[in-house]
Amino acid sequence: MIRDPKDLKRYNASERANHWIVGMSFILLALSGLAFFHPAFFPLTQLFGGPVWTRIIHPYIGVLMAVAFLIIFLRFKNLNKMTPADLEWLAKAKNMVDGNDHDMPEQGKYNGGQKVLFWALGLCMLLMTVSGLFIWRAWFGFDITAVRLGAVVHAATAAVMIGLIMVHIYAAIWVKGTVRAMWYGTVTRGWAKQHHRGWYRQVTGK
Amino acid sequence: MALQSLDILRRSATTTPSTQVRQTIEVAKLIDVTTCIGCKACQVACSEWNDIRAEVGTNIGVYDNPTDLSAQAWTVMRFSETEENGKLEWLIRKDGCMHCADPGCLKACPSPGAIIQYKNGIVDFHQENCIGCGYCVTGCPFNVPRISKEDSKAYKCSLCSDRVAVGQEPACVKTCPTGAIQFGSKEDMKEVAATRVAELKTRGFDQAGLYDPEGVGGTHVMYVLHHADKPGLYSGLPKEPSISPLVSLWKGVAKPLATLALAGITLGSLFHYVTKGPNEVSKEIEDDIEKEDAQ
Repeated sequence: MIRDPKDLKRYNASERANHWIVGMSFILLALSGLAFFHPAFFPLTQLFGGPVWTRIIHPYIGVLMAVAFLIIFLRFKNLNKMTPADLEWLAKAKNMVDGNDHDMPEQGKYNGGQKVLFWALGLCMLLMTVSGLFIWRAWFGFDITAVRLGAVVHAATAAVMIGLIMVHIYAAIWVKGTVRAMWYGTVTRGWAKQHHRGWYRQVTGK
Repeated sequence: MALQSLDILRRSATTTPSTQVRQTIEVAKLIDVTTCIGCKACQVACSEWNDIRAEVGTNIGVYDNPTDLSAQAWTVMRFSETEENGKLEWLIRKDGCMHCADPGCLKACPSPGAIIQYKNGIVDFHQENCIGCGYCVTGCPFNVPRISKEDSKAYKCSLCSDRVAVGQEPACVKTCPTGAIQFGSKEDMKEVAATRVAELKTRGFDQAGLYDPEGVGGTHVMYVLHHADKPGLYSGLPKEPSISPLVSLWKGVAKPLATLALAGITLGSLFHYVTKGPNEVSKEIEDDIEKEDAQ
C-alpha cells in the first residue's frame, strides 16, 4: 500500500513499539487473569500451556506491562493535561456517541474522553501493580489481610481496566482511520481535521 | 485421594451441582483438649500414615515441634501457658484443618476440582489439580493450608479421607493414647462432647464447651475446651471464625457482576456499531482536503 506523503505523523516507531508491548502484555494478562477469576474462563489457561504455567507466567507478564506502561505514561502525560475545552467535550460526549460529532469543541492531539481514559488507566495500572505484588506468593509473603485486600482490589480493578480497554479498542475500530496510527504511525489529514482539529492546525499550520 | 464420585458434595471452581443422589452421614473428629497430654503421637501417626516427613528442625525453647504446620506436617501440637482462675494452665491444642462446612479454601480456589468437599464433611485437596496460586491460604479463616516450596502445591490434613472411605478412623485418632481424639458421626461426637463438657463443669470449669463455630457453618473437627469463652487462649484459636468479607466480596458478588459488565460492554459496542454506524471522515472534510491538494 502506497501511503500519501502528505499524511500526518502521529506516532513514531518507538512510541508504537511501546504501545504494542503494553497492548500485547495486557491481552495476555487479561486472558490469563480472567481464567483465575471465574470458572467460566478457566479453559483460557490452555492458551498458556496449562493452568500451572498460567499461574507462573501471569505475574511476570504483569511486571513487563507495568514497566512498559510506566514509560508510555511518562511519554504522554503532558499531552493529557485536562483543559476547559476537554470538559466541554466531555459534557457533549453523548452527542459524539450518538454519531453526531459536528458541534464538538475543537480538540488537540487528544480529546477529553481519551484524556479521562489515560488517567483512569494510569490509576488502574498503579492499583494492579501494587495489589499484584501483594498476592504474588512465589516471591512475597505479605500479611493475610493485605493479601485478601490485594486479591479483591486486583480482581475489581482488573474488571474495570478490561472494560476501559474494550472501550479504547472499540473507539479505535469505530472511528475509521484510527487503527493505522498504531500500525504505520500516520493518519490522513482529513482524519486529523475532523477529530483533532487543534492538533491538525498545529502540525499543518493551517 | 480416593475419588468417590458419588460422595462428592462440592468441588472448587465448579458452577454446576456435584452428585446429589447419595446422602451419607456427616463425620467429625472430636479433640478433647482437656484430656490431651501433648505426647505428639498424633503427629507421628499422621506422618507415618501419609508417609510424609517434615525436615528435622531446631528446638526453639518450647515444646512446639515442628513449630508450624507445613506441606509435610499436617497437624502440630501448639503449647501455651496461661493463668486462669489463679492457676497455671498448660493448654495444648492439636492444630490442623477444621474441615469447615463452609470452607473458605474451596470458595477461593480457582482450579476446578482441586478442592473437594465430600458428603461426610471432609474437605480434601486434590494436588493433581492444584495450580499453586495460594488462594486457599487467602480464603482459610484458620490459616491452615501450606504451599510446598518443592512443588508449589497446597497441602493440609485430609482427615485421612482414604482411611475413612474404607471405614477406618483417621490415623491420629487410632493412635491417641489417652482417647483425647475420637471419631464418629458428627451427631455422636456432639453427644460425647456434651457429656464431657458437663463433667468439666462439675469440676469447676464453668465455661467449658464445644468449639463448633457457626460462622463457618460448623466444623468437622471440633474441640472440647475448658475455656470455650476464650478460644484465643489456645494458641490463637479464633473466637468467631468466618470467611473474610473481603474473600466473600472477591469470590462472591464480584464474579457475576464483572462478567456481566464485560459482556455488556462487548454487546453494547457491537450494537452501537450496528445501530449508529462507523464514525468516518465526513465528505465535506474530504472535499476540503482534495481542494487543498488541487491548488
